[in-house]
Amino acid sequence: MESRDIEKPFTLWRRDFFKVLGGGIYFLFNLGNVDEAQAAETEQRRTLPKDYNAFLRIAEDGTVTCYTGKIEMGQGVFTSLPQMMADELDVELEKVKIVMGDTTLCPYDAGTWGSLTTRQFGPAMLAATAEARAVLLSMGAEYLKTTPDQVAVSNGVISIKNNKKKKVTYGQLAKGQKIEKFLDVKPKPKDYSEYKIMGKSFLHADALEKVTGRALYTGDFRMPGMVWAKILRPPSHFAKLATVDTSGAEQFPGAQVIRDKDFIAVLHADPEKAEQALAKIRADYTFNEMEVDDKNVFDRMLKIPSNARVTASKGNLDSGRKNSGFLFESQFNNHYVAHAPIEPHTALAWMEGDIMMVRASTQSPFGTQEGVARELGVTLEKVRVIPPFLGGGFGGKAVSLQANEAAKLAKLSGKPVMVAWTREEEFFYDSFRPAAVVTIKSGITPSGEITLWDYHEYFAGSRGSETIYECPDQSTISHSSNQVHPFATGAWRAPANNTNTYARESQIDMMAAKAGMDPIEFRLKNLKDQRMIDVLKGLKEFVNWKPAVSPGKRGFGIACGFDAGGYVATMAEVKVNQATGEITVVRVACVQEIGFCVNPQGATIQMEGCITMGMGYALTEEVEFTGGAVKTSNFGTYKLPKFSWLPKIETKILDRLTPPQGGGEPAIITMGGALANAVYDACGARLYTLPMTRERVLEALARK
Amino acid sequence: MPLDKKQSLLWALRTHFNLTGTKYGCGLGYCGACTVLMDDEPVRSCSIYMEDVAGKKITTIEGLANGDKLHPVQQAFVDHDALQCGFCTPGMIMNAVGLLKKNPHPSREQIINGMEDNFCRCGAHTRIVDAIAEAAGKM
Repeated sequence: MESRDIEKPFTLWRRDFFKVLGGGIYFLFNLGNVDEAQAAETEQRRTLPKDYNAFLRIAEDGTVTCYTGKIEMGQGVFTSLPQMMADELDVELEKVKIVMGDTTLCPYDAGTWGSLTTRQFGPAMLAATAEARAVLLSMGAEYLKTTPDQVAVSNGVISIKNNKKKKVTYGQLAKGQKIEKFLDVKPKPKDYSEYKIMGKSFLHADALEKVTGRALYTGDFRMPGMVWAKILRPPSHFAKLATVDTSGAEQFPGAQVIRDKDFIAVLHADPEKAEQALAKIRADYTFNEMEVDDKNVFDRMLKIPSNARVTASKGNLDSGRKNSGFLFESQFNNHYVAHAPIEPHTALAWMEGDIMMVRASTQSPFGTQEGVARELGVTLEKVRVIPPFLGGGFGGKAVSLQANEAAKLAKLSGKPVMVAWTREEEFFYDSFRPAAVVTIKSGITPSGEITLWDYHEYFAGSRGSETIYECPDQSTISHSSNQVHPFATGAWRAPANNTNTYARESQIDMMAAKAGMDPIEFRLKNLKDQRMIDVLKGLKEFVNWKPAVSPGKRGFGIACGFDAGGYVATMAEVKVNQATGEITVVRVACVQEIGFCVNPQGATIQMEGCITMGMGYALTEEVEFTGGAVKTSNFGTYKLPKFSWLPKIETKILDRLTPPQGGGEPAIITMGGALANAVYDACGARLYTLPMTRERVLEALARK
Repeated sequence: MPLDKKQSLLWALRTHFNLTGTKYGCGLGYCGACTVLMDDEPVRSCSIYMEDVAGKKITTIEGLANGDKLHPVQQAFVDHDALQCGFCTPGMIMNAVGLLKKNPHPSREQIINGMEDNFCRCGAHTRIVDAIAEAAGKM
């Protein structure tokens, strides 16, 4: 056993060490002090560059390389960002290649989440591209010995307006170099009505690689001398290693055991052998469990102390109560759900000179770079992250601890190390969508005007909690605590909003029913937000809605909401088997308004994905746990949506020439509410807890 | 990487043969990301050991296209945009090819039943069914 200081030249002492002791040993290693404050400061300084060269480079042959810190995880920006750049620059789409997430080559980006690529990175990229285009035009004019107003560009070729034979290409001007010319007055990107490539549908540009198996994900990379790491995991998040015997693993042929305090890993050239060797480690733990499980979680949430934050307030709740003809009081519960991407967290790390190179399935390459730098106690310049394609993320790969593990082991062993979490590890270390409770006290007049809205969300998060409906006397309060969850929680596709929209839209439906009003009419009566009204009216027309009071035995449910700048309204149709409690989703129709739509085909696919994925959190997905021991470990008990669930899915995106908004998340937020309301419409049973398992449907039917 | 008869087919493919199109998704045969054809029958390569593979013909996603010409199922997945992240895609395609080998003209319901235990988290399901139905007509 040995302890070393990070300051000493690492490669030197490692070589000495192995000369003496050979393989099959372990050592203790202290990674030393990290200047956290300095690291944090560096991170804060990082923003999107102002220099347009950071976003694009034009080669001599006219190929344009688009650089983005975003990653591709199925959401389709691999296709849509080149569309945007080609259109703004006036080059053919085929000429634009994209480089994503490389922390050395690409402009800084905090992470691919929040449906921000098109609505936040997009405008910045378009502005940079517009400047590049204007600079190229002036360079072209100079080359052609005329003035910029005398030239035009088409497909990357600049020519004199009245003499098309006099021309020069972007490639000839840029020659693959950084362009050292900038404009004091930045040109505006084109008007949305002028775009020719944006607004058109394109198939996934990465499809060919993906259907042939050639697309590389992190776990598909191989390097000379690469080893696979399997890491000793505790049985609970509250378990502490008491005693450990690693001798079995040390004696395993070809295995190397690495230890840094409680972090113990087995390295082997064969991943299955690494696993077998790991199984030979004997470990005992002490437990200091949190008293919570999937049965008592909601009661506990309402009892424990929390910080209350008012996020919206208007009028006076007492007068609201007095002005109400009918009062309603509900508690809605939502269980923990997992991200469960089919690709588990994976990372490959190796040293190249003094640079730690990292390939990782991560939604945040720059965040991963910061994490690895902190873990190793080095500056950001000493870490380069290059993310390949991701096999799904949904918010779960916002955190990439596996990259820290791989980098640490690569540094300790001096070898390229692959850390590929098993499905069990993926469930254990997932940052689940938080379980949450929402309580609502509301009131209406007999004619169906909302007069009271008193909303509390406990631990869901505030996104989507402010009501979209008009109400003179209202309050929205968010409760938070860092003592509530026994494991990590985090952003799950449209974080917080799935829970908030489910609760709000259920409550709205109850009030509409009591008022004897059709659920769409009730909503329209209480809405003033024109975009929401347009989307809801759009849905009404799209599905040829026939008004009826719920429960109308049709099994039709409505929900609407707002997320990531986009508006969405959904109608679901279900059948409920009242003997078994089984819900069959027959049809889901969804109308969305997300401003100008860059790739309508891609946005439609995102809506379909949201609808399908949304059925999971609404109907079956639930993490089982006792304290910090996550009992859900694989897909045997964690039920993802399957082919046989498929409803008829109909989608519509409203045409707009307003700035593009997020399209990866809005449609998922309405699924809980639309399905719960459809179940109520079908059989009169109100479901107050998601997911709506058969047992819960039967309980709700019995309560009727 | 030497071959070992106690090794799973999945990891033999991914390490010894460097055929990484076949993916690990769950390791217990639930998700289907590791589906390959064994004598034209779709199997979960994570749950098959090399000793059971002797003398069998294994087809992976890499062996499906004929040079640059995609297999009809691959082409239909491209044409229908029947994928998002693409991680389940090789397993989906191999399972579909196996399904069509056994039943060249499946009904929509038979396609759904045949694909039931292949998981897609992104929600490309309807397009996958459409793609398989179209490929069936072209094979």
